[in-house]
Amino acid sequence: MITIVDYNVGNLLSISNMFKKIGQKDVLISNRAEDIQKAEKLVLPGVGHFDYGMNSLKTSGLVEILHQRVVRERTPILGICLGLQLMTQGSDEGEEMGLGWFKAKTIGFDVSRLNGQKIPHMGWSDIEVSKDNPLLPSNSLNMRYYFVHSFHVDAEDDKQILFKCHYGYDFVAGMQSENIFGVQFHPEKSHKYGMVLLSAFANL
Amino acid sequence: MKYTRVIPVLLIDDGALVKSVKFRNHKYIGDPINAVKIFNEKRVDEICILDISASKNGRSPDMELLKDLASEAFMPLSYGGGISSLEEIKDILYNGAEKVVLQRAVFDKPDLITQASRQFGSQSIVVCIDYDFDLFGRIKVVYQNGRKKVRVSINDLIKKLVAFGAGEIILQSVNKDGTLDGYDLKVISEVSKECEVPVIALGGAGSLENMKQAVDSGASAVAAGSYFIYQMPHKAVLISYPDSDQLIEAGLIYS
Repeated sequence: MITIVDYNVGNLLSISNMFKKIGQKDVLISNRAEDIQKAEKLVLPGVGHFDYGMNSLKTSGLVEILHQRVVRERTPILGICLGLQLMTQGSDEGEEMGLGWFKAKTIGFDVSRLNGQKIPHMGWSDIEVSKDNPLLPSNSLNMRYYFVHSFHVDAEDDKQILFKCHYGYDFVAGMQSENIFGVQFHPEKSHKYGMVLLSAFANL
Repeated sequence: MKYTRVIPVLLIDDGALVKSVKFRNHKYIGDPINAVKIFNEKRVDEICILDISASKNGRSPDMELLKDLASEAFMPLSYGGGISSLEEIKDILYNGAEKVVLQRAVFDKPDLITQASRQFGSQSIVVCIDYDFDLFGRIKVVYQNGRKKVRVSINDLIKKLVAFGAGEIILQSVNKDGTLDGYDLKVISEVSKECEVPVIALGGAGSLENMKQAVDSGASAVAAGSYFIYQMPHKAVLISYPDSDQLIEAGLIYS
């Protein structure tokens, strides 16, 4: 069972639609601790403001069970977009502490380095695979994904960086720390490129 | 590679896919779900669906239809039409759309933009600005399918909307709608120069060259209706979408 954590922050049905499309029938959208307890894999989605996301996660009462399942029991989890950012220590976008699963913080795009390109970074971009990983082969060419974001992850530990993308400058597009994965882009909205990545996650 | 977003815009009127010319003469095209399915197979960059009857009939967004559409859309989807509350925005984003497209709220409830962008992030909040010209050639911003008109500077309006939290602007020329004779490059250029968020050009695209012209005039992305729906020269209904080679040749994918 893949459980998509529903903490009231959008974008859930798209993810479950995509898993179904790639043949994963056992997918649940849930905000119940029991379901998260039983999950074999977890997805932490999210769209929107960092503090709103973190507060919604707290209000939903799921922070403790997530720590337990992810950090102590090492259940594979995939953070998507804001989901990835919540896995860092905190964000320039808000005041709340993040989950702190990655040695990283979330920062705003450095406008001075964007050569006049606009924020949010919105649209399709190629990613570069930084290291061997279970989600995408490191020799993947022309893998493009859909991005919509104004903030990005700033990793302290380069070894946790999985993917990079370029928008004015190179920024982190994916992270991994053992069982914990996070991507800045939206695999559920990235056609076959997303299907490849989500299939790999589902089959971990 | 850099990818210019090339976005089909689908208009829905009482559950049917339609296409207009200059916001009039809406012609029945077919079933919207089927259209989304076809666009999905063609791997479009993004798709924008506007329910033009919701606002007209004072109806809220049709969530069941949206769900059906979204279940076929494995690409980014923006959805507009009849949105007037935070709850509706949440439902739309929850049911498979990445972005909502607001228009009437700009005039009736500007607070909604602020609240929604705070809660969902400005990247989820798109504002569609339709404009036309009066007899003296002055720009008017119009809404409610062109029926209501406001004389206002587009740039001042957009500045305000961006300050409220709009993350993206669809800039649609009523006068160019369905004409297939090229975008209104002058206004695109004037608006893009000033606008801090991405501007999506809409209205008049008849070729990939037209789209490249819009990008050269400052648009961050290009959208079209008729171009993807009709096959020239006889305007037969046939959904099409350029492949990567064509987009590279047109300069819409570049390195």
